[in-house]
Amino acid sequence: MTDVPLTQPRSTNPFSGLMSGTVGPVTVVVLAIIAIWYIAAVALNTPFQKDIYERAGQSDVAVSQMVTDTLFQERPVLPAPHQVIVEIWETTVEKKITSKRSLVYHTGITLSSTLMGFLIGTTLGILLAIGIVHSRVLDKSLMPWIISSQTIPILAIAPMIIVVLNAVGISGLLPKAMISTYLSFFPVTVGMVKGLRSPEVMHMDLMHTYSATRLQAFWKLRLPYAVPYLFTSMKIGMAASLVGAIVGELPTGAVAGLGARLLAGSYYGQTVQIWSALLMAAFLAGSLVALIGVLEKLTLKRMGMAQ
Amino acid sequence: MSTMTAPKRRLDMPALLAWFVVAMVVVGLFSPIFGPDYGIMDVPRLALCLVILAIAGVRYELGFMRNLVGDLILGLVTAIAAWLLIATVTNHAGEATLGFWALTAATWASAWLFVERLAVWKSASPTAQRIINLAIPAMFGITLLVLWQLIVTGAGVPKVLLPAPSEIWVRLTNSVPTLWADFQQTFLKAVLAGYIIGCGSAFIVAILVDRVPFLRRGLLPIGNLVSALPIIGVAPIMVMWFGFDWPSKAAVVIIMTFFPMLVNTVSGLAASDAMQRDLMRTYASNYWQTLLKLRLPMAMPFIFNALKINSTLALIGAIVAEFFGTPIVGMGFRISTEVGRMNVDMVWAEIAVAALAGSLFYGIVALLERAVTFWHPSVRGGRA
Amino acid sequence: MNALASAKDTEMVETTTSASPNRVIDIENLSLTFETNDGPVHALSDIDLKIEEGDFVSFIGPSGCGKTTLLRVIADLEKPTAGHISVNGVSPEEARLNRAYGYVFQAAALYPWRTIAKNVALPLEIMGLSAAEQRDRIARNMELVNLTGFEKKYPWQLSGGMQQRASIARALAVEPDLLLMDEPFGALDEIVRDHLNEQLLQLWAKTNKTVVFVTHSIPEAVFLSTKIVVLCPRPGRIYDVIESDLPRDRSLDIRETPEFLKIAHRVREGLKAGHSYED
Ligand SMILES: Nc1ncnc2c1ncn2[C@@H]1O[C@H](COP(=O)(O)OP(=O)(O)OP(=O)(O)O)[C@@H](O)[C@H]1O
Ligand SMILES: [Mg+2]
Repeated sequence: MTDVPLTQPRSTNPFSGLMSGTVGPVTVVVLAIIAIWYIAAVALNTPFQKDIYERAGQSDVAVSQMVTDTLFQERPVLPAPHQVIVEIWETTVEKKITSKRSLVYHTGITLSSTLMGFLIGTTLGILLAIGIVHSRVLDKSLMPWIISSQTIPILAIAPMIIVVLNAVGISGLLPKAMISTYLSFFPVTVGMVKGLRSPEVMHMDLMHTYSATRLQAFWKLRLPYAVPYLFTSMKIGMAASLVGAIVGELPTGAVAGLGARLLAGSYYGQTVQIWSALLMAAFLAGSLVALIGVLEKLTLKRMGMAQ
Repeated sequence: MSTMTAPKRRLDMPALLAWFVVAMVVVGLFSPIFGPDYGIMDVPRLALCLVILAIAGVRYELGFMRNLVGDLILGLVTAIAAWLLIATVTNHAGEATLGFWALTAATWASAWLFVERLAVWKSASPTAQRIINLAIPAMFGITLLVLWQLIVTGAGVPKVLLPAPSEIWVRLTNSVPTLWADFQQTFLKAVLAGYIIGCGSAFIVAILVDRVPFLRRGLLPIGNLVSALPIIGVAPIMVMWFGFDWPSKAAVVIIMTFFPMLVNTVSGLAASDAMQRDLMRTYASNYWQTLLKLRLPMAMPFIFNALKINSTLALIGAIVAEFFGTPIVGMGFRISTEVGRMNVDMVWAEIAVAALAGSLFYGIVALLERAVTFWHPSVRGGRA
Repeated sequence: MNALASAKDTEMVETTTSASPNRVIDIENLSLTFETNDGPVHALSDIDLKIEEGDFVSFIGPSGCGKTTLLRVIADLEKPTAGHISVNGVSPEEARLNRAYGYVFQAAALYPWRTIAKNVALPLEIMGLSAAEQRDRIARNMELVNLTGFEKKYPWQLSGGMQQRASIARALAVEPDLLLMDEPFGALDEIVRDHLNEQLLQLWAKTNKTVVFVTHSIPEAVFLSTKIVVLCPRPGRIYDVIESDLPRDRSLDIRETPEFLKIAHRVREGLKAGHSYED
């Protein structure tokens, strides 16, 4: 959760040709995954389908018929991709947004607490990083706790935070957002500390020769250097924030949001509903991270750090 | 930020803190300590607390004994003050008023002052320096616990909202068998099995993928994407497929740990530079020799990065998966049921166990990392 | 000694027909073009070069003229785009698979997770030598580069010069008949460099190795070589080949003799011409 994108290699591919970029291979792999999904769906759903035939007294069903049937069950063990797509279509485009059965409605709930938690978490993370970079005591006393705070499975407290805050009358977005905050401040703090410390000694010395104040050095040197780090860690923070929001919706009482859809789906064995909520969450995560990516490009371009 | 404007010599952070201690002591002297009507003179133990804090604060302001001995005495004073406050407040739970809070603030500030002083200590011997570097965050943690205890008891925060550390400790020691059973179910079975299988299989797949450049280019972006997805959402599906007992939790852990490990190992295997690979080529070394002698050692920092990330993910995955159904044992199960019954202290006890287990797990992986990648600039420190 | 060499010569001529018997490297019409994003780079063009057994050959030339590339072609780290090359009478690839040469890179390229001794042992492990043999060779070659006592240190605990010496020991440990060295002493100070130059000469005289040596330093090239190849850039090609008639066993004092200075002068002229071509 912490360092993954930071350690990505810059892709330097000296080869050229059709399949040597990433587009070709990625497409092939995605197609392969979909194919495997279909095969797995048939395999996993067959036993139940056989049961159905047996109960209905049909004994000699053609294989092709059986395969089609396994892909169109009401509550399959593993729904086929098209079933999930259809479900998503029906619950997004064909339902009113205000309807309790609209996936857009649930996604919106999750999105809003994700964003709120992300904003608070990012702000907190940046402030902490600034403090840590400028104060020895904060660095020495806080940094180890910030790191070990993440070894605590904080998501475990999620239900308690929600229930307890509900008990004192705080409900709605804020409790969920707090979990997202907790999960997202960490990557931002760590990334920003790294970034704010990334200017080389020579550049800091240069600032010294100008006898710049710490504030000037911060604005003119540290902050610009930290911006690329900030965006990288914001991507991780956003992903973590979404996880926090979803898990925050799991415990007792939550009726809306993607997490609640997952829980409801698992209570009633609505596998298609679970998978559609999952796919939606994946889509949400992908687009939020991509959005930060676009922001990153624009900002870096304006700052003259990228073309 | 006060630290960002260039500070004058006399008004640095420690001096400010010492002034704050003195000011709080004065406030404490003239305001009621506990409701309905206790002054500082009615509570001898707190009077003592006030006196020593006052002496410590004034002593620092006057610049008297600003050395090692003085700092040690400051630490001792802080500890005694904290102990006196805790001992007194238990008898006056929920009755604290301005004077008590002033003393609490003074104790807190003097603890901070102590840490400030600790941070500037320089010791020639590396072990002593090590101990200081450990003491600072430890002090921070202890201060946090003490404040928690004082505020929760002093203000009489209801137990369902936030129990005091002492109450959590009592509950923890009283329910060791339950906690142990939960720990066994969740950690020793689901987490460890899932972690080992997940990381192990990802490692093997990474090595296979690495041999086929096409697969590598196709899988790496997808692996990166999947690492950013809320994979934890597969928990209900795994519970449906593999049943209520621990295998379904292990399955969640496997899926969660798989992708970070895959992505990091594949990146790590590509980390060796051209000259090192050329060197192996001049020795006419075969694929496996190059893998064992060059590329795997080179990949170790990446692999351990994934192992560390996964150590926290694994515990989270197993606990959250238990929210979707378990036999009547397990840390996630206990947390969700005790929350329902408003037994918040039991929940906190469970969280303390989880935190301890999580930190130990992470710590062991980090120690292993230090041993294996001792050569890496980030571990050996200093010269690149 | 001479008689022995010639006797060996005639004996071999009878068995082999084409190339001279103890010809180690034979390059004919060799060219190499890198295809890059902004057009082809002619790194080497029309190289003809013969290197006999026991030769000490230096490549000298301005930066970017293709010295490293030519050495890499010999080591089968780069494939020529045209022409013919043989090493020990076979293709460079076969020669590499036979572990016919030792290669010293421009940088030390030691593995940080191995001690110095273990780094020297790396090629020996890959060749599958016995533990005793490995220990023996490590001790011998560490001694040779004056690193005895540093066996248990890690590369990052040594200075740059010591690291480079360790990498030379690693190449020597293979005990190859052909040594390919790419600016091995580039990062060292004059004194250490002189010392290592002398030691390299001694080793070469003692073992009758063939050495191909890339350098930027004219005195170094003249001091060490029996044959100096001056390259010039764009496209990279041979400008001059100077056979040195200095005696085989030389000491550092030889650098003050008129013969030495004459050769140095000729190398300098060649380098200048190469440079003027560029503009
Ligand atoms: N892999 C490559 N791809 C494209 N061009 C290359 C590559 N390697 C070398 N070149 C080009 O080939 C030419 C010769 O490079 P080479 O490294 O052989 O120079 P050199 O003589 O060793 O220089 P130096 O003395 O600086 O080490 C240069 O122009 C260089 O840009
Ligand atoms: Mg070169």
